[in-house]
Amino acid sequence: MDLTHAPADEEFRAEARAWLDGHVPGTPLPSLETEEGFAAHRVWEAELAADRWSVVSWPEEHGGRGAGLIRWLVFEEEYWAAGAPGRVSQNGISLLAPTLFDHGTAEQRARVLPRMASGEVVWAQAWSEPEAGSDLASLTSRAVRTDGGWLLSGQKTWSSRAAFADRAFGLFRSDPDTPKPHQGLTYLMFDLRAPGVTVRPIGRLDGKPAFAELFLDEVFVPDEDVIGEPGQGWRIAMSTTGNERGLTLRSPGRFLAAADRLLDLWRAQGSPEQARARVADALIGARAYQLFTYEAASRFLDGEPLGAESSLNKVFWSEYDLALHETALDLLGEEGELADTAWAEGYVFSLAGPIYAGTNEIQRDIIAERLLGLPKGRR
Amino acid sequence: MRFLPDTEQRAFARSLHAMLAAADTPSVVRDWSRGDRTSGRALWSRIADAGVFGLVIPEAYEGMGPRPVELALAFVELGRHIVPGPLVETVAAAALLAEPGPAKRFLPPLAAGETMATVAAGGYALDGDAATLRLGLTPDGLRLSPGAGPVRPSLDPARRLTPLLPGGELLIPDPPVDHALTWARLATAAQALGVGLALLDRTVAYVRRRTQFGVPVGSFQAVKHRLADARTALEFARPLLFGAALTMDPADVAAAKLKACEAAYATARTALQLHGAIGYTAEYELSLWLTRARALRSAWGGPDECRERVLSGGRRW
Ligand SMILES: Cc1cc2nc3c(=O)[nH]c(=O)nc-3n(C[C@H](O)[C@H](O)[C@H](O)COP(=O)(O)OP(=O)(O)OC[C@H]3O[C@@H](n4cnc5c(N)ncnc54)[C@H](O)[C@@H]3O)c2cc1C
Repeated sequence: MDLTHAPADEEFRAEARAWLDGHVPGTPLPSLETEEGFAAHRVWEAELAADRWSVVSWPEEHGGRGAGLIRWLVFEEEYWAAGAPGRVSQNGISLLAPTLFDHGTAEQRARVLPRMASGEVVWAQAWSEPEAGSDLASLTSRAVRTDGGWLLSGQKTWSSRAAFADRAFGLFRSDPDTPKPHQGLTYLMFDLRAPGVTVRPIGRLDGKPAFAELFLDEVFVPDEDVIGEPGQGWRIAMSTTGNERGLTLRSPGRFLAAADRLLDLWRAQGSPEQARARVADALIGARAYQLFTYEAASRFLDGEPLGAESSLNKVFWSEYDLALHETALDLLGEEGELADTAWAEGYVFSLAGPIYAGTNEIQRDIIAERLLGLPKGRR
Repeated sequence: MRFLPDTEQRAFARSLHAMLAAADTPSVVRDWSRGDRTSGRALWSRIADAGVFGLVIPEAYEGMGPRPVELALAFVELGRHIVPGPLVETVAAAALLAEPGPAKRFLPPLAAGETMATVAAGGYALDGDAATLRLGLTPDGLRLSPGAGPVRPSLDPARRLTPLLPGGELLIPDPPVDHALTWARLATAAQALGVGLALLDRTVAYVRRRTQFGVPVGSFQAVKHRLADARTALEFARPLLFGAALTMDPADVAAAKLKACEAAYATARTALQLHGAIGYTAEYELSLWLTRARALRSAWGGPDECRERVLSGGRRW
């Protein structure tokens, strides 16, 4: 049992830190949930990519550094500690890219990945529908066979960043006659500016257009944009949801940095007694998450699959993030109501954590049934 | 970096687990609660033979230590199997007796399981009536107490709280109190984690078996979700424990103590609730773990003290 990083990993950390020192913008970028912020974040993604820091864990041929899991975690610690901007390319990088590495063709990887890494093409995830939230498999948007491709019709919703993004990936029903709802689905990529697509931005709680509805009317998608085999969409999509809940969506580095900022805030306010316990818990929670992740990474490197464990992760980080931000707003007192602070932005974002990436109720079901072996109940 | 126990460490924990599982520890606890020490002492020497106390005792004094990771692994098993007695106190005593003179005199029999130690830092020493080495932390240093006062009952019937008689030989004027506290908290955290894991296992087994409304109560979502939360809390306490064992930084250990005890206590509340009335009885075995979870929470530094240590550590992770 060991917590010390290999010298080469520490060198990697030093290299990342030096680069970030010289490049992280001195003043925070505008919120990435605004048009202006979105554009500024694309510039930042391009700057990261130019020196191959945007996707460190990808193979070098696709613009990465071939960094293993531990090195990626180290990079993330440095990234967030440096106060670097949130990643507008997150959906593509953490969900579509792993899917393409596992199920895509070499042609798709070559075509999609470099422009994703550079922020030139920002991806949105188009899974949810008005009638298909937790029960995602009940989705009804269709993919109908046509010459050289497919025609997509239907409605998607809650698609993060789709208001300003370029392309989307999602599940469509290509065979309406299968006996089970998760059969007959096809996983496809499509252009948000293609004829037949209407994007209607949706304001989140604070009014910022953080997500959008997509109306699709016979949108043509060429065969080359089908991921894996037609009809196998569910299996392919599910093979990467663990990424979303688990390791790659919310790295511990993010929370370690946030907990440090909370401690600074508490001290700057004169270390008020009534917040003592919550601040201590925020520090401890970040450490617990970091160590939990190191443990999971060690198991992964031993060849064990991560599986349902990612549900533990998801419940933990989402509730942790919310508690941390609530503590910060409470510490700020009257100022805590102001919407134009980094704490407020973080707070609004953290409110959604228990809902997206599979609600925490669904995650608790998974923990109870798959990790504890409890009987399935009524859904 | 490989933040997982190695093969040898796993084998050590597994063999301890097997030994304790075969030892019918619930009946040992019952005996101990009644003041009958025979079975407890026999178990104590088997635990010593397995090398557990040696993990905090340096090789120079016939131990194998210091090996905090192995100690944590061992104490998880001691907690899981609800072993009674001043286990943590014996660890604390060993850590206090660091000066060569007293170390030479007291540590070899501690490592061998021939003595059972207890320590009073404030009002009470655990199992002072059973311990053969009673140490009192007094303003002028560490003293060898001449005896124990009357037993006061604990919320956990298996924990017998005794004041120590004043006076006795002054062993060390300036004992390493912080160092001993760190070891004691680590052992307590590990024990609490083991208690919590056992409570979870037993409750999962129970709700799968217990039927109401024609189905196992474990198929109800409200029940499932409470157990999922218990599992989550325990899963995130574990890495804190082993991380602390690796650094032995007092702030890390305090964090582990806090979270392991909180997780165990929350699991105890869930376990009681989900067992219904049967869980509320002394007769049913579950009570042994339920009451232990409460007691460990305040032993060796309650939540506030541990949080204070984290904040005053002044360190960032
Ligand atoms: C900020 C944000 C970003 C998002 N981004 C995207 C995105 O980019 N792409 C995308 O496709 N989707 C996205 N989503 C949608 C998200 O995946 C869904 O909100 C989520 O799956 C839940 O679905 P729902 O909102 O329809 O809630 P519902 O499924 O209608 O659930 C309502 C409530 O009922 C509970 N519930 C439902 N079923 C059960 C059950 N079986 N047991 C117990 N409780 C249950 C839920 O937990 C919830 O509390 C985003 C959502 C948010 C808030």
